[in-house]
Amino acid sequence: MSASYSLRVNGRDREVSDGWLGESLLWVLRERLDLPGAKNACEQGECGSCSVLIDGSLVCACLVLAASAVDRDIVTVEGIAGAVDGSDAVLSDVQEAFLAEGAVQCGFCTPGLIMAVHDLLDRVPLPTDLEVREAISGNLCRCTGYGRIMEAVWTAVRSRQVGREA
Amino acid sequence: MTGAGTAAPTTSGTELSIVTDPTVVAPTGQGVIGESVRRPDGTPKVQGRFAFSSDLWAEGMLWGATLRSPHPSARIRSIDLSGAWKIPGVRAVITYDDVPGCKVFGLEHADQPVFAHDVVRFHGEPVAAVAADHPDTARRAIVAIVVDYEILTPVVDPEIAIAEGTAPIHPDGNLFRRMVIRRGDTSIAGDVVVEGTYEVGMQDQAPLGTESGLAVPDDDGGIDLWISTQWLHADQTQVAASLGLPEAKVRLHLAGVGGAFGAREDCSLQIHICLLALGTGRPVKMVYSREESFFGHVHRHPARMWYRHHATRDGRIVKVEGRFVFDGGAYASTSSAVLANATCFSTGPYKVPAVDLLGLAVRTNNLPCGAMRGFGAVQTCFGHEAQMDKLATALGIDPIELRLLNAMQTGDRCITGQVVTGALPVEEVIRSCAEAPMPVLAEPVDSPMMALPGGAGRTADAAGVKRGVGFALGWKNLMFSEGFDDFSTASCHLLDGVATVKSACAEVGQGFVTLAQQITRTVLGVDDVILAPADTLIGSAGSTSASRQTWMSGGAIELACRTVRQKLLSHVGAAFGVAVDDLDIIDRRIVSRHAAAGASGTVVNVSVDDAAPGVAFSAVEEHHHAPTFRLDEFGQGDAHVSFAVAAHRAVVDVDLELGLVRVVEITTSMDVGKVLNPLQLLGQVEGGTAQGIGLAVMEEILLTAGKVRNPSFTDYLIPTALDMPPVNVARLVEVPEPGAPFGAKGAGESPTISSTPAVVAAIRNATGRELPRTPVRPHDIAL
Repeated sequence: MSASYSLRVNGRDREVSDGWLGESLLWVLRERLDLPGAKNACEQGECGSCSVLIDGSLVCACLVLAASAVDRDIVTVEGIAGAVDGSDAVLSDVQEAFLAEGAVQCGFCTPGLIMAVHDLLDRVPLPTDLEVREAISGNLCRCTGYGRIMEAVWTAVRSRQVGREA
Repeated sequence: MTGAGTAAPTTSGTELSIVTDPTVVAPTGQGVIGESVRRPDGTPKVQGRFAFSSDLWAEGMLWGATLRSPHPSARIRSIDLSGAWKIPGVRAVITYDDVPGCKVFGLEHADQPVFAHDVVRFHGEPVAAVAADHPDTARRAIVAIVVDYEILTPVVDPEIAIAEGTAPIHPDGNLFRRMVIRRGDTSIAGDVVVEGTYEVGMQDQAPLGTESGLAVPDDDGGIDLWISTQWLHADQTQVAASLGLPEAKVRLHLAGVGGAFGAREDCSLQIHICLLALGTGRPVKMVYSREESFFGHVHRHPARMWYRHHATRDGRIVKVEGRFVFDGGAYASTSSAVLANATCFSTGPYKVPAVDLLGLAVRTNNLPCGAMRGFGAVQTCFGHEAQMDKLATALGIDPIELRLLNAMQTGDRCITGQVVTGALPVEEVIRSCAEAPMPVLAEPVDSPMMALPGGAGRTADAAGVKRGVGFALGWKNLMFSEGFDDFSTASCHLLDGVATVKSACAEVGQGFVTLAQQITRTVLGVDDVILAPADTLIGSAGSTSASRQTWMSGGAIELACRTVRQKLLSHVGAAFGVAVDDLDIIDRRIVSRHAAAGASGTVVNVSVDDAAPGVAFSAVEEHHHAPTFRLDEFGQGDAHVSFAVAAHRAVVDVDLELGLVRVVEITTSMDVGKVLNPLQLLGQVEGGTAQGIGLAVMEEILLTAGKVRNPSFTDYLIPTALDMPPVNVARLVEVPEPGAPFGAKGAGESPTISSTPAVVAAIRNATGRELPRTPVRPHDIAL
């Protein structure tokens, strides 16, 4: 069964025309809305590569029916720094920290982790080591062993602290 | 969208950056060798703009899907494709009969059918493929194909596979390779003898990006394939052979690679999507699901290893006997080379005057096995390090002292008779790791529940948690061995201070793109280095494996840049009327050496950017490493180029009742030659260590009678951030390696080798159990 509907992604209304209602949000973002930042590593909610924010909650886009996200605010990695499609040169503090600390290798898990770390730090500005590890434990990374990713989180925490004190 | 040299396909309407932003340099420094320069592909990767092979799109594109055998061994009585053809939107359905060229493929030996024919030999073997307008249509078409199988009893025990009377699974027989290493007085017996049989389970590389690619036919019967791979040219050769096309008509382009670790060294879907694209005349994309990925690539060989070590009473090893059986699964892949590595490095970096070793790589109806990070050395390291600890106990010697007593050094002979001429700082690696101060760690009773074994399950009783410490040492060869003509090609083009370098080296996440820019800046004194796309329009770079690309393709880029540098200096020398030998490049300026020395004469001082306006300098160079040689019938010969050593010390907490393990801390030292990019090196050390920890405590593909039981990330577990402790790097031992560009050894594999046995040694220390098998399972501890 197909239908046309509209999704609000990164602050913009996007039309999905004649889409099968069984399609996941991940599929619709990647294949219908030209937003391939959310990745498809397991498509069963185990790896976190497809993490996006829906109304401020971190979810696996592979487990959400796209049509059920109508009238919600969807933010993808392309929009996390404020742009619509990631083409903006501006990086978020978390994105910048990932680059500075060497947290990126192959980069396949990176968009999901960027989203998970944003979600954590927006809720918990000064997390403990275990809180960070638990928060990102739904995001599998096979390259880094998580060491540089943890460093990137601390760098982002510090930069937000400085921002608050300034 | 067709033909050589076209732009990469993109997702429609979105600009995707495949390669690089050449201007990204660390804020401080010059972006040269030795600095923690940032990755040039980092920005698009954190923004979600980097084009992985699964992100590609082309006008009129179809989706491919693969039908796989549900049986590990069966005869195909018939295949009925009519059901698939009846589904609207299906454009192609192909089987073995549709392969126009070579019907079999393989990286070392072409023994695997492109599609199964007459028989299937492993669970998941491709039988047919489909192209359709939508991936769901393709998947439905696959289900509509009816294959009539006569189910046969699979041969899944390698000992049975090679036993007399067992029928061959394949016309080539059931033995991939028999490898003997015999040296010294094999009749000698030690004062103290320890013996053990050890097992390593089947590990999956589990790169986060599954296999995917996009094939685009051209108007001239040729094809362009955008693919995530480790070795473009090896794929090109195999694809062209099976398509029945000359290699020039099969152009491969590296698409963004979501990790590799050995899983992408063999062909998976490459030939299938090219056949579908040529058959339909339309672009075809295929993306494996995670489940399919477990069937679609080779794995780390499961191994069963018997060892007997002989030593004098004061702890000197006098002889090692061993028999190592590696289960290669249904097809050859790289089993032969994996077995050679496993056997050559089976005694560790220790002085062993006599050996009597037999290695066997065997064909079974299990999943095919081949390359994975560590390539054979991982399995035998698990065995030899268990033996060293056992020997230390039998002798009553401290295990670190025993290792130091037997440690090899430069000038010593390997068990293959080869004298190690390069750096081999075994003692420094052992000492710096073993003697590193133990970080302050909370005791189990003082730890939060989340930090105890069982973690989020909150199952552990802290009072019943026991802590253990273990140590292990490993080594491995760098680059290809046994006489393989191993080389890499690179080009450099310099114009007005902008250098463009090109190599077919597969960037799989390791950071070669960063090093390529660092090397170019270092040699040429330029700021701007553009990396041209990696493709088969230039000569081979060889595989991104065997810890070889920094040395091989880094070396090729260095050579090409040096040739260009010489051309540039010759041009400037002629313009100024000075000798080339008098010119140097310092701080991005071409300057006279004699002026710096205070001598008189014409002084040149011009920036590299302005030295030759409008004049281009170019070079293409091939870099070969020192020749290696085949091993003789007793496994003797100079088969390897270079060696690298690493050690790990692990601390674990074990819940003895539930058999759960948490790795609390891990310290490592590593022999690296020279550090070229500290941040990237750290990434290799931490990431490699994590994969070793995974093999120690959680990662195993489970097979029952050849059928895979856990092909998903729900059931095949890899370490999360909660499973992975901080990695404490005690020391990166820098002894420059002769013959290596900038003296740097490859660092990709050694962190993976000794981490597994160190963790298992720590679990033995905590539990007092023998634990001869990895991964260690809860019932190995608790029952």
